[in-house]
Amino acid sequence: MHELGITQSIVEIALRTAEGQQAKKIHSVTLEVGSLAGVVAEALQFCYEACSKESLLEGSRLIIEEVQAQARCRDCAVEYPLTDMLDCCPACGSASGDLFCGEELRIKEMEID
Amino acid sequence: MCIDCGCAAPDHHHEETPRKTVRIEEDILAKNNRLAAGNRALFARQGIFSLNLVSSPGSGKTSLLEKTLADLKNEINFAVLEGDQQTANDAERIATTGVPVHQINTGAGCHLDAHMVGHGLEHFDLDSLQILMIENVGNLVCPASFDLGEDFKVSLLSVTEGEDKPLKYPQMFRASEIMLINKVDLLPYVQFDLAKCREYAERVHPGIKIFEISCYRGEGLDAWYSWLKEQAERKACRNKE
Ligand SMILES: Nc1nc2c(ncn2[C@@H]2O[C@H](COP(=O)(O)OP(=O)(O)OP(=O)(O)O)[C@@H](O)[C@H]2O)c(=O)[nH]1
Ligand SMILES: [Mg+2]
Ligand SMILES: [Zn+2]
Ligand SMILES: [Zn+2]
Ligand SMILES: [Zn+2]
Ligand SMILES: [Zn+2]
Repeated sequence: MHELGITQSIVEIALRTAEGQQAKKIHSVTLEVGSLAGVVAEALQFCYEACSKESLLEGSRLIIEEVQAQARCRDCAVEYPLTDMLDCCPACGSASGDLFCGEELRIKEMEID
Repeated sequence: MCIDCGCAAPDHHHEETPRKTVRIEEDILAKNNRLAAGNRALFARQGIFSLNLVSSPGSGKTSLLEKTLADLKNEINFAVLEGDQQTANDAERIATTGVPVHQINTGAGCHLDAHMVGHGLEHFDLDSLQILMIENVGNLVCPASFDLGEDFKVSLLSVTEGEDKPLKYPQMFRASEIMLINKVDLLPYVQFDLAKCREYAERVHPGIKIFEISCYRGEGLDAWYSWLKEQAERKACRNKE
């Protein structure tokens, strides 16, 4: 499962950060996940619980903030939200929009003691 | 109910610990991207042209490699990295062509990553290598997110899968500079609209380069071979400059 590899990276980055901060406890880890990033939030949650066992992350919360995908029309420069990659420009109907956000897969922050 | 932990006990307190928020803002794929950049730099130094073949299971990635290697191995030095969850079947098929091949079994993993490819390269003589072919795990979803350091991703789509694949898996076709429509020998027997398929691919990836091929009967392979040779030559020259 794809989300497993992603989660292992999350755990690695979070534990590295916690160590650098000499954290005694981790309350939560917040991600920013684009709506077109191709990962399933439920699967991430599931993997996170499994991957955080017996580490400082055990019991912490994984908070997933979705970033709505947006495109900019190449013909009329209007910016519009995308539900899938094929949505056309609502202003001029052009199908050539450039995605400028919505594919992110980022650890934003974590809450520690 | 306690709002801190959601427990039912009405009268207990949580210690007032000062929580600290640490900004991280790190790309989760950063490590893979770093390792991919390392592979890419190595390919550039050595003038190696590399392709990452992606498709659904069974579209014909190994068949394409078998045919390509058999026809071009006397002109070009190839090596192949084979990614599968289990078995060395594909590597064994490639080995019969005499071209160096290394199998990477990903186990539960559904895609190759840059780290696996970096170690896979240790099995080849890079000084004489001209084209590295990487056959990814059969999966049209996550290989799109994992850069291996290749020059291009090549998506294979066979005519038995339906012409709307580019619309269903836009991420993959957007990430691929090349699309190969395989098994065109089966066109008389299946409902597959070639023109629509091309149009859909062009919609998700304007300018995508498309070849129509049959690994069985050889249709369209000459154009593919010419492109391959031209690209490999260009990469090798850039390295000499
Ligand atoms: N009719 C026809 N069959 C083909 C063609 N190319 C491949 N096949 C058949 O398609 C099946 C799958 O081919 P493979 O080359 O193993 O496909 P693959 O993409 O490597 O499969 P995985 O590695 O399992 O994902 C085999 O039975 C091939 O003989 C073609 O051009 N025409
Ligand atoms: Mg194969
Ligand atoms: Zn995967
Ligand atoms: Zn517009
Ligand atoms: Zn409580
Ligand atoms: Zn290693």
